[in-house]
Amino acid sequence: MTKTLARFTIAWLLVLCASIAMAQGLNSDVPTIDIKNGTATATPIAVVPFAIDGGGLPPQTDVADVIRADLNRCGQFRALPKSDIVEFPTRGEEIKFPTWNMLKQAYIVVGRETQAANGEIRVEFELFDVAKQQRLQGLSISGQASDLRGVAHQVADLVYEKITGVRGAFWTRIAYVTSKGTGTNIAYALMVADSDGFNPQTVVNSRQPLMSPAWSPDGRKIAYVSFERGNSSIYIQEIATGSREVVSANKGINGAPAFSPDGTKLAHTLSNGINPDIYIMDLASRHSTQITKHFAIDTEPVWTPDGQSVIFTSDRSGKAQLYQAPISGGDATRITFTGESNARASVSFDGKKIAMAQGNGNVYRIAVLDRATGETKPISTGGLDESPSFAPNASMILYAASEGSRGVLFAVSADGRVSQRLVLADGDVREPAWSPYRQRGQ
Amino acid sequence: MKLPIRLLLTAAVASATLAACAGKTKPPAPATDTSTQTETTTTPPTTGGAYKVGDLDTDSCLRQRIVYFEFDKTDIKSQFQAAISCHAKYLHQFPGARVTLEGNADERGTREYNLGLGERRGNAVSSALGTAGASVSQLNVVSYGEERPVCKEHGEDCWQKNRRVEIVYTAKQ
Repeated sequence: MTKTLARFTIAWLLVLCASIAMAQGLNSDVPTIDIKNGTATATPIAVVPFAIDGGGLPPQTDVADVIRADLNRCGQFRALPKSDIVEFPTRGEEIKFPTWNMLKQAYIVVGRETQAANGEIRVEFELFDVAKQQRLQGLSISGQASDLRGVAHQVADLVYEKITGVRGAFWTRIAYVTSKGTGTNIAYALMVADSDGFNPQTVVNSRQPLMSPAWSPDGRKIAYVSFERGNSSIYIQEIATGSREVVSANKGINGAPAFSPDGTKLAHTLSNGINPDIYIMDLASRHSTQITKHFAIDTEPVWTPDGQSVIFTSDRSGKAQLYQAPISGGDATRITFTGESNARASVSFDGKKIAMAQGNGNVYRIAVLDRATGETKPISTGGLDESPSFAPNASMILYAASEGSRGVLFAVSADGRVSQRLVLADGDVREPAWSPYRQRGQ
Repeated sequence: MKLPIRLLLTAAVASATLAACAGKTKPPAPATDTSTQTETTTTPPTTGGAYKVGDLDTDSCLRQRIVYFEFDKTDIKSQFQAAISCHAKYLHQFPGARVTLEGNADERGTREYNLGLGERRGNAVSSALGTAGASVSQLNVVSYGEERPVCKEHGEDCWQKNRRVEIVYTAKQ
């Protein structure tokens, strides 16, 4: 039994590698992913390869591989490498706890996949505390065979939540902009992919710049800036259908869209050809209200979780810094005081942390401000890091970096210890935006 | 810099003349279709000769279409005043001519901030052209921020090429 499973495992690995290689050969937009660093304090967890009930060919996706990669990526867990797994229990009663104790594992996940009706695959899994030999969780999730990665991410989310008490954010998506070429000969694309970079799909292709993707709170739409009309305009596009509309095309800059937490408003930047200020549009009436009036550049508004104020970038003090202003009107208050410049805020779901691009001389890094203590800590180590975006549970931050003359993405754990890199075979990738939590059927 | 002094002088004189003319004759209302007539009757170019449309491709001053800037700055350096005067003279002479001033920034600083910076630079060139005789209706500013780099290396050699306003003629006459 064990030997058969081991053979299966190897076959799966080969299939997985082959499919990744093929995908990358066919499509240069598929990012390659590698994980840098590791952390000794992370919780050790064993995710045993899942059994395939009912025979047939093994699916293209190894569910346990995906779960292991997810847990490693977030920095809070250290998954036992597949090659170190020596026993292959698929149900709780088959687990020999002394083995996993000896391997110093705190938790173990076992599971199996069954063909269900209408082409769906049902994935059952159980989570155990190794020291206590106690079953913590036993659930099943079903999904289309073609979306087995999505099912695996949902399992990883449930395991993560059971152990940490925080909702997992692996089953989410990321949006980003790619570009190839220089000057007027650049091809731009707005992409959406799974949070680990898999399953990239094109939202928009353009010969003119695309910028500043922002998710609607229900995760169904993306607002972005496109120059395809000859000047910057703000579009809102439904991801599933591709239908879109221009919501702002005034003279001058139309930029930096950000949906309000309830999805009814859009903060954005308008210059009217003179000078950029922050505006808030009521999406139902399309009426915009001016929030800031200053001769400085005011831009990059993002919402506080209560929807009552915006945090934005302004150079009113000379260099770019972050300010907060109530949307009901009133003065802006400066909130960043360390670093020569601070810009492009991303606010955590609970409003307690603000990630930003901090500049000192020619070095730009991502820093996180803890609003309770007022402390600011750098969490990236590059030279031209920008565009931070919190995961919906604030466990990780996505950002853009430069490697040589090309742009790459990093997903870094909130403590900065573990980072995963997303690289395009050809061209730049930048301006990542982490989606909200997904809802099933989306 | 091989730009002959004669040309610089001509340009300076021309722009002074134009500014004077504009001050005297330019109606407060924006140029309308009568402006062509106004143009021919009120400002026969007496100094430095009149431009021809073809000069856009051949005249060494008019062929200068890029104004470069210092980091995070929007003021126009003196070395670009001559080219701005030539373009202002041309635009004044051909009221149907239109330019788009494409503002750009280097990669330092955030993208939306740089959109603002690129617009400030475009506006700076626009107002300089206006001061030197071009009509507001001939000038359009579009900022591309850091989205259209001409080179992608990280360093001043490349950055200084990207901090620019490109003068793009969308109508030549």
